[in-house]
Amino acid sequence: MVRAFVGSCPGMSRRDQPPGGGGRPDGRPGGRIRRWPVLRQLLGEDPRAEAARSARTDALRPRTADADHVARSVCPYCAVGCGQLVYVRDGRVTQIEGDPDSPISRGRLCPKGAASRQLVTRPTRRTRVLYRRPYGTEWETLDLETAMDMIADRVVATRRQTWQETDAEGRVLRRTLGIASLGGATLDNEENYLMKKLYTALGAIQIENQARI
Amino acid sequence: MAECHPVGFQWVMEAKARGATVFHIDPRYTRTSAMADVHLPIRAGSDIVLLGALINHVLSGGHEFREYVLTYTNAAHLVSEDFRDTEDLDGLFSGFDPDGRTYDPASWAYAHRSDAPPPGEVGGASGAGRGREHAETAEAETYGSGGAAADAAPATDPTLTHPRCVFQVLKRHFARYTPELVERACGIPRAEFARLADTIVACSGRDRTTAWVYSVGWTQHTAGAQFIRAAAILQLLLGNIGRPGGGILALRGHASIQGSTDIPTLFNILPGYLPMPHAGRHEDLDAYLASAGPDTGFWGRKRAYLVSLLKAWWGEHATAGNDFCFGHLPRLTGDHGHYATVLGQIDGTVKGYFVIGENPAVGSSGGRAQRFGLANLDWLVVRDLTLVETATFWKDGPEIATGEMRTEEIGTEVFFLPAASHVEKEGTFTNTQRLLQWREKAVDPPGDCRSDLWFFYHLGKRVKARMTGDEIDRPVRELAWDYPEEGPHAEPSAAAVLREIGGIGPDGRALDSYTELRDDGSTRCGCWIYCGCYAGEVNRPARREPRGGADPWIAPDWGWAWPANRRILYNRASADPDGRPWSPAKALVWWDAAAGRWTGRDVPDCEPDKPPGHRPPSGARAEQALSGTDPFIMQADGKGWLYAPFGLADGPLPTHYEPHESPVANPLYGVQANPARVVYPRPDSPYNPPRSPRFPYVLTTYRLTEHHTAGGMSRPLPYLAELQPELFCEVSPELAAERGLVNGGWATIVTSRTAIEARVLVTERMRPLRIEGRTVHQVGLPYHWGWGGDGLVTGDVANDLLPLALDPNVYIQESKAATCDIIPGRRPAGPALRELVRRYREDGDG
Ligand code: SF4
Repeated sequence: MVRAFVGSCPGMSRRDQPPGGGGRPDGRPGGRIRRWPVLRQLLGEDPRAEAARSARTDALRPRTADADHVARSVCPYCAVGCGQLVYVRDGRVTQIEGDPDSPISRGRLCPKGAASRQLVTRPTRRTRVLYRRPYGTEWETLDLETAMDMIADRVVATRRQTWQETDAEGRVLRRTLGIASLGGATLDNEENYLMKKLYTALGAIQIENQARI
Repeated sequence: MAECHPVGFQWVMEAKARGATVFHIDPRYTRTSAMADVHLPIRAGSDIVLLGALINHVLSGGHEFREYVLTYTNAAHLVSEDFRDTEDLDGLFSGFDPDGRTYDPASWAYAHRSDAPPPGEVGGASGAGRGREHAETAEAETYGSGGAAADAAPATDPTLTHPRCVFQVLKRHFARYTPELVERACGIPRAEFARLADTIVACSGRDRTTAWVYSVGWTQHTAGAQFIRAAAILQLLLGNIGRPGGGILALRGHASIQGSTDIPTLFNILPGYLPMPHAGRHEDLDAYLASAGPDTGFWGRKRAYLVSLLKAWWGEHATAGNDFCFGHLPRLTGDHGHYATVLGQIDGTVKGYFVIGENPAVGSSGGRAQRFGLANLDWLVVRDLTLVETATFWKDGPEIATGEMRTEEIGTEVFFLPAASHVEKEGTFTNTQRLLQWREKAVDPPGDCRSDLWFFYHLGKRVKARMTGDEIDRPVRELAWDYPEEGPHAEPSAAAVLREIGGIGPDGRALDSYTELRDDGSTRCGCWIYCGCYAGEVNRPARREPRGGADPWIAPDWGWAWPANRRILYNRASADPDGRPWSPAKALVWWDAAAGRWTGRDVPDCEPDKPPGHRPPSGARAEQALSGTDPFIMQADGKGWLYAPFGLADGPLPTHYEPHESPVANPLYGVQANPARVVYPRPDSPYNPPRSPRFPYVLTTYRLTEHHTAGGMSRPLPYLAELQPELFCEVSPELAAERGLVNGGWATIVTSRTAIEARVLVTERMRPLRIEGRTVHQVGLPYHWGWGGDGLVTGDVANDLLPLALDPNVYIQESKAATCDIIPGRRPAGPALRELVRRYREDGDG
C-alpha cells in the first residue's frame, strides 16, 4: 500500500525522476536508475527511511526552521489545554505544533489541535463585518466602527426601554431582561471578566455560556 | 476520554502501564473502550443505580476507609427526626411541595446538639431555626461555591451506629441498590458488576487510590448534579478525595469552560462563585452576606471577597458609606438560565442578544425553540471565527425549508463580527484541572477581526459615553473601565485585566494570596479564587518551566492553578488526622512538627501553621472555626458531605429517577422521574410521554475526536471536515434488523420535537441491553453537524431532537438520555416534515 502510494504520488517533482549519471555505492551496476526512490521502494526496501530519500528530500527543511519567531500558546479546542508552539514568518502563521515542554501534553496534539493552523490561515476565513437589516434578504457590508456605534446605540436604547427598577411588590430589581448573552467557554478569562463586569453594570442578568449546556 | 480528550488520555495509559485497571462505563463502545481493561455498556441515565450499588457494596461489606470517614466526613452527624427518606415515601424526600415542584429542606437538617447555643446563632445560619428561609433559598441559583450554611454544632455519634447518623441513613437509603438491580436497570451483568466493585475496593485505602473521570455523560441529565454527588459519596467512603490518584475529575469540553465558570458568564454567580443577589432577600450587603453561604470555613471571608470585587468594579465610588456599591448589582428572581432566556425571546421579553463564540442554533437542545427565539429578536450580535448557523438562520435555517419562517418576515437585525483567533490575542485559558495558561500573541488579527476583549472594552467605552445623569445610568457611569490601550487597534491590555482579576493591595501592588483580601475596601480583586495569579508582579500563568520545573509529577512551575497554585484540592486529606501521609506511596502534604508547618510536594490546602491537634474555640468564625483535622475548608464544618443537609434542590441524597423521557418504569419507586426537575410544558416545548410505544428507543448524543461541539470551529476546516464528513447514527445489528436499517443507508430519527436524517452505521459498538426483562435498544448520535454556516460538510442538527428538561440544581438540559423512534429512509422535506412529527405527537399522546 505504502509503496504503491509513494510510487504514484502525483505531487512528485521533476527532481525526483531518475537522475542521470553516478554509480551505486556498493559498486554494482544499476547506477542512477537504481537510486530512483520510486524504484527502490517498489523493489521492497524500507519505504519509510533510506529508500524514500532523494536529493529533494535532502534539501527539504521544516517550515518551523525558517520562523521569525515562535509564540507559546494553548490549543483552543478542549479543556485538556495542550501546549502549542506557533511559528510565524513574515507576519503569517506558518505552522502550529505541540509544545514538548508542556507537562500536560508532552508535545502531542490530537486531530483538532493539529488542524488548528487552518482555523487561523484558511483562505475562506471571514475577516469583514456583515450586516443583515431587519427583513433583509441578503448580507450587507458595514464598517467596523459604524457597527460598534450601532450596537452601542441599541444596547443603550434596549436597556432604557426594558428597565425594571422594582417588581410589583416593590422589591429592588435594577435590571433589564431585554438584553441577554450566550458564550464564554471558548474565550479568555480576561474576556469573560470584562463581559460580566460590563453586563452586570448594565443590569443585564441573562448571561450564560456553554458551561450551562 | 480517548475520543474527546485524546491527549489527556495518555495519562490513563501511563497509569495502565503501571498496573492500573481501567473500566469504561459508556452506552457506546469507543476508542476508550478499546484501550480499557473492561467496557461496561450502560443504559443512558441509569448511573445512580450503578453508583448506588457500589456505595451499598462498600457499606454492607464494611469496606469503607473508617478512619478517613470518621474524621473527614459528616458520617457521624445525626439527622433531624423530621427527615423522611425516599425509601419511606416511595421516591420523595420529606418537604416536597407538589404544586411548586420544590422542596422545603428544613427537615433534612442535622439534629442540633442539646448543649450548644440554638441554631441560627452559631455560624450565622443553620437548620431548623431557618426552615422558611431555606425553603426559599433551596432555589439552587442562590448558593455560591461555599454551598449552603450548616449547623456548626450538630449532634454526632462517633460509633456510627445511631439509627439517625448519616452513616446509617446512607445504609438504609442504598440498601435496595443491589447487583440484581444493576442488572435489571443498567443492563450490566452481575459478574461484571462484581469485578468493578471488587476492583475499586481493592484499589482504595492507605496505599491505593481510585479516580473517577466523567464528563457531560453525567451532567446532562435531569438528576445530573446527583450523579456527581453519588460519585462524591463513594469516593469519600473509600477515602479517595484530596489524595493523589483519587478524586472525581470533570473533563470539560472547551478550552476555558472552567475559566468561564470561575469568572462566570453565568446568570447565577459572580466571579469566584459568589451568588448573584436575589430580589427581596438581598436588599443590602449585610442581608446578602447573611445568606450567601456559611460564616465558618474559608467561605466565612465572603465579605472580603465581595467587597474586593465591588472595589475592582466601581473603584473609588465604592465606599463603606454606600455599601461599596452593592446596590449597583442587578437582582435575580429565579431561573434566568439559557433555556428560560430562549423562551423569553419567543415571548418577546428579550430584545437583544449577544452570541459570542457559541452556536446555539445547532449546539443547544431543542434547536427549533432556539431559532424561533432568534427570529423574534430586535437585534442579534454574533461574534465568531466562522459564519455559524446562529448568524444565518434567517436566510437558510430549517424553518425556512419547512415554510414556517420567511426571510422577508423576520425582523431580527443581525450583526456578524469576525473574531480574532487564539494566536491573534493574548490572555489566559483555564483548563480542566484549574490551571491557568497564558497564551502569547503570535500575529495581528486580519481585517475586522478583533478579540472579544477589544469588543467588550470598546463597547463599554461607547456605552459609557452615551450615559446620562439619570440614576439608572449610575452603575455604568461609575464603572471602573480604564485599561491601558496597545497597538494600532487600541487593544486593551489583557495583562492589566489579569492583574485586576488577581488582586491589588492598598499600596497598589499585586496581592500574593486571597488571605490578604480585606473587607474594608482597601483591596481590589476581580476574582478572589484567582488572587495571587499576579503575585510579585509576575504573570504566573505565563510561567513555562520545561515539564513544570523540578518536580514533573506536580509540575508547579508550569502555569498557575487556582487557588494559590494548589494542584490537588483538599489535599489535607492526603495525610491522616495526625498529619502523616496515609502511606509513603501516597504522600503529598504532611505536618512537619519540628518546623511547626505543613509542607510537602503540593501547596498544602489548609492554614500552613495550624497543627493537626488544633481544636477551634467555640463561636469562632471563618477558617478559625476549622479544626486541624478538617480538610474540606470551604464547607461550613470542614467535612466532606456524604449527606447534604442543605444546598440541593432535589434531595440530600442521590436517588435513581428515570430520565424525563424513558422507555421503562422506575424499578425502585412510584415516582418515575426527578420530581423537582425543570420542564417547560408549552406548545413550543413538546415532550415524548414516558414509556411511549411510539418512541420506544433510548436516544443519546455524543462527540467525535475530529469535531468540536456544534462544529463552528471544526466543520469549516478542510482536514477535520474530511476526517468526519457526515452525520451518522449508530445502531446495533439487532435494532437494524428490527427496523430494516441498512449499513450505509439512511435513517430518520423522530421525537416530538422534529425528525432528522442520518447515515446508518450498523455496529456491535452499540449493544442491546436487557432491562426489566426486555430488550432496550439505544440509538447514538454525534451532534456536530448543521445545515450550513461556513461548514465544508453539512448535516441535520441532532440537538433539534432533544427536549427542554433540566436538572433543577444547575439548569443543565438532559441531552444524554431521551427517547425516539427510528425508521429507514430519508426524512421528508418541506412542510411534510412537520406533518410527520405532528402524526407522531398525536399517536404518542393517544
Ligand atoms: S490538542 Fe486535542 S486534546 Fe489537546 S487541547 Fe486540543 S483538542 Fe484537547
